[in-house]
Amino acid sequence: MAGDPNNKDKVIGKRIDKFFIGLESAYKFVKRFFQEVWFPPYEFKEVIRQCYQIGWNSLPLISLTGFIVGVVFTNQSRPSLAEFGATSWLPALISIAVVRAMGPLVTALIAAGKVGSSIGAEIGSMKVTEQIDAMEVSATNPFKFLVVSRVLASTFMIPILVLYTDFVALLGAFVNVHFNEMVSLSTFFVQVFDAISFLDVSSSMVKSLFFGFTIGIVGCYKGYNSTKGTEGVGKAANSAVVMAMFLIFIEELLSLQVTNFFRQL
Amino acid sequence: MRETVIQVKNLVKSFGDLDVLKGVDLDLYRGENLVVLGKSGSGKSVLIKIMVGLLTQDEGSVMVLGKEVKNLRQKELNELRLKIGFSFQASALYDSMTVRENLEFPLVRNVKNLNKADKDKLVEEVLDSVGLLATINQMPSELSGGQRKRIGIARTLILKPEIMLYDEPTAGLDPITCMDINNLINQVNEKYQTTSIIITHDLTCAKVTGDRMAVLLDGVFGAKGKFEEVFEQAQDGRVKSFYDYNFIKQ
Repeated sequence: MAGDPNNKDKVIGKRIDKFFIGLESAYKFVKRFFQEVWFPPYEFKEVIRQCYQIGWNSLPLISLTGFIVGVVFTNQSRPSLAEFGATSWLPALISIAVVRAMGPLVTALIAAGKVGSSIGAEIGSMKVTEQIDAMEVSATNPFKFLVVSRVLASTFMIPILVLYTDFVALLGAFVNVHFNEMVSLSTFFVQVFDAISFLDVSSSMVKSLFFGFTIGIVGCYKGYNSTKGTEGVGKAANSAVVMAMFLIFIEELLSLQVTNFFRQL
Repeated sequence: MRETVIQVKNLVKSFGDLDVLKGVDLDLYRGENLVVLGKSGSGKSVLIKIMVGLLTQDEGSVMVLGKEVKNLRQKELNELRLKIGFSFQASALYDSMTVRENLEFPLVRNVKNLNKADKDKLVEEVLDSVGLLATINQMPSELSGGQRKRIGIARTLILKPEIMLYDEPTAGLDPITCMDINNLINQVNEKYQTTSIIITHDLTCAKVTGDRMAVLLDGVFGAKGKFEEVFEQAQDGRVKSFYDYNFIKQ
């Protein structure tokens, strides 16, 4: 009966069960990745193909977004600095913001949308059309071929894309600063490199590795566990993006705490 | 005495509250073509998926080539799988690969020290045996349903299996293409000397390809024997109706 408190308890109980079962299954999936990644056969060709798909095919979107972020952030920061007559600090401010947070975060969010959804949909559709079963019956490990290769590729490629986004965003910032403050390219980049430290770059790269791993493993997990035909494929792609974005923000928060700890040493 | 290739004893499989197989017994002898018939959802595909270890039974025993499938370790299971060809209902061709790459996929992963010339020769040989050599560089999306089925069969043949499992080989095809597939199944058995299980609910396919029939009814085999024994002299009303609905009486 609707509104029956016993019924409500049962529904809540089922949801809690489902949550913990999902958590256990995700844990087992990640564990299986770490068990299988070290041992042969290695699917090098597939890893390289996936690196190309994830890296090269994301470049146009990343270039455009990175450049716009650089231009917009510079423009929005200028009035606040101008109040104190400190517009000459723009290159330093922007470089710190881009390298420490915006570059990795923007790249990871775009990749979660583009790469995560495509991995989720591709593996999901392979699952519902029995292509994964076909690999298994031909004595091939589908986990190694599909999951390990994609997770490795996204873990390697996201840091490279982050470096590229940083560069393009700084280029966007330079264009804005150049036309407003008449600063030369060399002066701009000298100020940029003066402002950022080794810790900024290394922490950015380390967290990008985690972002890449998250995007790959979440996309694969959602695809590999998709059910219910084409509807399930759509859901897998969608939930891969949502879950990856959520985890990326949590990782960003954690990395901030860890980096601040090292900064204070 | 004929050699038993697959032996199934008291096989039970449920999905949640749904009991699909309720004690199936089956013997498949070397060289024969066994057709397993039954309504949609009667557990025909489940039966052959258990035979290749894609699903695990709740109770009972499945011996394939003398090995209990559920007790095999992954390496042993893979060795066994190389001797079994599985043709999927929807072909299950890898969408992102060409026909050539689809056929090479099991080959390069399971046959050591294969040079390019040998690989090409094997791929072309099996494609030729299914009559689709011209499609070698095409993508699966460019093929018709019948062609996809043929390529699916070719992909399983490339490893020269001893046993062929066909899951609904004629489902979703027009009658002429169905007959082509039926003939192909017979040709494959003749050329590659395979032992086969053909899962279908198409009685024409059963009659053309099968040496022996087994009808799955309510989770157990309700009737077994030659086509004429099972259908034309059927006493069980469920088997009789299956026959009547499939063939329009002349």
